[in-house]
Amino acid sequence: MSAAVVFEPNGKFELPNTHRRLIAYTIYVGLVALAFGVTNGLAQALNYAHIDIFKYYPGMRTYYQGLTAHGVFNAIIFTFAFANGFVSLALSRALNRPLSTALLHAAFWSLAVGTVLTAGSIFSGKSSVLYTFYAPLQAHWTFYLGLALVVISTWITSVNLFVSLHRWRKEHPGERVPLMAFMAVVTYIFWDISSLGVGTEDVFLLLPWSLGLLPGAAPMLSRTLFWYTGHPIVYYWLLPVYISWYTMIPRQVGGALFSDAIARIAFLLFLCILPVGMHHQYVDPELSHGIKFVTAVLTFALFMPSLLTAFSVMYALEIGGRRAGGRGLLGWFFKLPWSDPSVTAQILAMLTFLPGGITGLMNASYNMNLEIHNTSFVPGHFHLTVGSAVALSIMGICYWLVPFLEGKRLWGRKLAIAQAYFYFVGVLIFARGLISGGLAGMPRRTAISLIPYAEPAGWRLAGILTGIGGALMFIGGALFFVVMAMTVLFGEKQTVADIPFAETIEEPLREGWQPSLDRLAYWTALSLLLVVVMYGPFLATHLPPKFVAQPFQAF
Amino acid sequence: MAVYEKIFAAISAAVLVLLLIAVGYAAIGLGINLPSHREVIPVKPGQNLASAVLETPPFNTPGLRQIAKNKYEAVVIASAWSFLPSEFDLPAGAEVTFRVTSADVTHGFFIPGTRVNTMVIPGQISVITYRFDKPGTYLLICHEYCGLLHHTMAGKVVVK
Ligand code: HEM
Ligand SMILES: [Cu+2]
Ligand SMILES: [Cu+2]
Repeated sequence: MSAAVVFEPNGKFELPNTHRRLIAYTIYVGLVALAFGVTNGLAQALNYAHIDIFKYYPGMRTYYQGLTAHGVFNAIIFTFAFANGFVSLALSRALNRPLSTALLHAAFWSLAVGTVLTAGSIFSGKSSVLYTFYAPLQAHWTFYLGLALVVISTWITSVNLFVSLHRWRKEHPGERVPLMAFMAVVTYIFWDISSLGVGTEDVFLLLPWSLGLLPGAAPMLSRTLFWYTGHPIVYYWLLPVYISWYTMIPRQVGGALFSDAIARIAFLLFLCILPVGMHHQYVDPELSHGIKFVTAVLTFALFMPSLLTAFSVMYALEIGGRRAGGRGLLGWFFKLPWSDPSVTAQILAMLTFLPGGITGLMNASYNMNLEIHNTSFVPGHFHLTVGSAVALSIMGICYWLVPFLEGKRLWGRKLAIAQAYFYFVGVLIFARGLISGGLAGMPRRTAISLIPYAEPAGWRLAGILTGIGGALMFIGGALFFVVMAMTVLFGEKQTVADIPFAETIEEPLREGWQPSLDRLAYWTALSLLLVVVMYGPFLATHLPPKFVAQPFQAF
Repeated sequence: MAVYEKIFAAISAAVLVLLLIAVGYAAIGLGINLPSHREVIPVKPGQNLASAVLETPPFNTPGLRQIAKNKYEAVVIASAWSFLPSEFDLPAGAEVTFRVTSADVTHGFFIPGTRVNTMVIPGQISVITYRFDKPGTYLLICHEYCGLLHHTMAGKVVVK
């Protein structure tokens, strides 16, 4: 029996107008941040090709100031804002139940004020500490306060989601949680646990330190707290996109999701294998071989839910392609609705995730990290994941989401399709450049156009490809903003009644083992247990903190 | 769950396990391992890290010295934006143990084309050993952002 991924699929979906506005503005904060981020990205990519255009950027004095803006705007503001808005909408639709208006307001303002504070401190040049802000590099206190507010906005959103789910469950005893709601809530439980690290670091170590209230910084403790969050954060970027791939794309391509249970299991695996951040610290001196190897094993285990996702999503696409008359082993692929920019962008994004995942496994491979740690291999890898699998998918989602929220038709469908191809081809060339450069020892986070030593073999071609690919990505990004701005400002009026949502072929069962998947309190406890096992020993040796390092501000 | 899903999951898990075994073999069987070292710079109350580094042996005498036939120790202080010392002359086949610490912010210590790749974190000592068999000039770079002139923080290893 098939079933919808939302509650009351045929009922009327009521989204109060204030909610519609707040969700739209939240997402626009993210898109504006992305616009700044992508603009800086162009300068960074050209830098690798030895072209220095930073001097022409108003307000950006150095490469590292721009890179701080790029990392913070893209990886923190854009992704968090989108997640807050999109996941709130998904939950509201999935339960067919309005969220709390007060909490939507609070989350929006916390995000907006936080963004302004952090952005201001970056533009002032006093916070060029990159988006990892390793102490004792010391930013202006508004940088840390702004980031705290941005994180708090995600926590407010969580409360909103959890309260709604709780109420819905009371009103519908014995019913299975609709799949889309399940995914929305697990995403935020996952993120709440994940954000404890950077939250603690920011609020208890860095903010008071930047205000002169602490005697110094504790570099190793801060760094480890950062990376405790810094890996799971990538799933916080990814899971909202997975919500689209699992519960919306199947409908958009005329297919269906096969198994409800597998989808839930994949999300729970993410939740329960959360503490793998130490793989960013493979070459840190202090951590033992043992904890590093265990981290490698867990990181590999965390690859499973993404492989399950690949299977489920590909199958859903295949069902759609075959229903449209596709034949043979691959014929269905060409029968997919490629004239729909939302679908095109997201399928291309999925394709980039393949090399993205493989290069991720390479990074994760313990001693292999000696070859590539902190080389340009790393940004090569993650522009295939967050920089395109996520970012290009979000662009694709915006192609239906913004028209839905605005009540307007999408402007420039053809341009939107071209946009996706530009970005897709661009990122492949770009990543080819950075990855090959990394294998030849080209460092990341480095103003290559200004290095005082001769470039070793292999860096030149790598840098040129990075520049060309980055320029194409920039064109793709710019076209996206043209399409969005034209839609919002000049789009024809057209109301869309509902968001796209799929059906599952194997429905969620009320008997047997499946309902235990919905017992989120237990899964949360299990997740926390592994966190304690992985990080307890480290914290025991580092608390209370030893504040040995003096602040450093030469940037 | 359908049978295809089970087959797919089983193959996926098997591939991951095989890859991990290969990595484990490289670490234990071939001895290609990550740096891991627990020594820290002792900082007395009221003292700042930079002066503590300069007082703590062996960092009170940074430099390259021979400790046995074909075996060397290089004691290096990283600080914004240079390595002290930044040039190392070695005969081919020399096995060097680098002991590196930072007097200010987090730096990196990376020699492309070798397995010398470690973070240098304030207050901690990074230790990494490598044998330079091939003659040539190797680039040494700081590969962690450490402020305005980070990209100038470099050195070299000359193997004759
Ligand atoms: C036009 C599109 C883009 C271009 C040309 C671009 C280019 C680059 C380049 C060249 C770097 C490496 C800089 C360095 O290590 O010195 C970089 C870093 C980075 N990019 Fe992008 N990027 C783009 C879009 C994105 C997007 C959409 C995201 C995420 C949503 C993203 C996230 C990041 C992050 C997190 C870093 C690391 C920053 C750091 O090391 O501190 N980028 N980008
Ligand atoms: Cu990671
Ligand atoms: Cu540096």
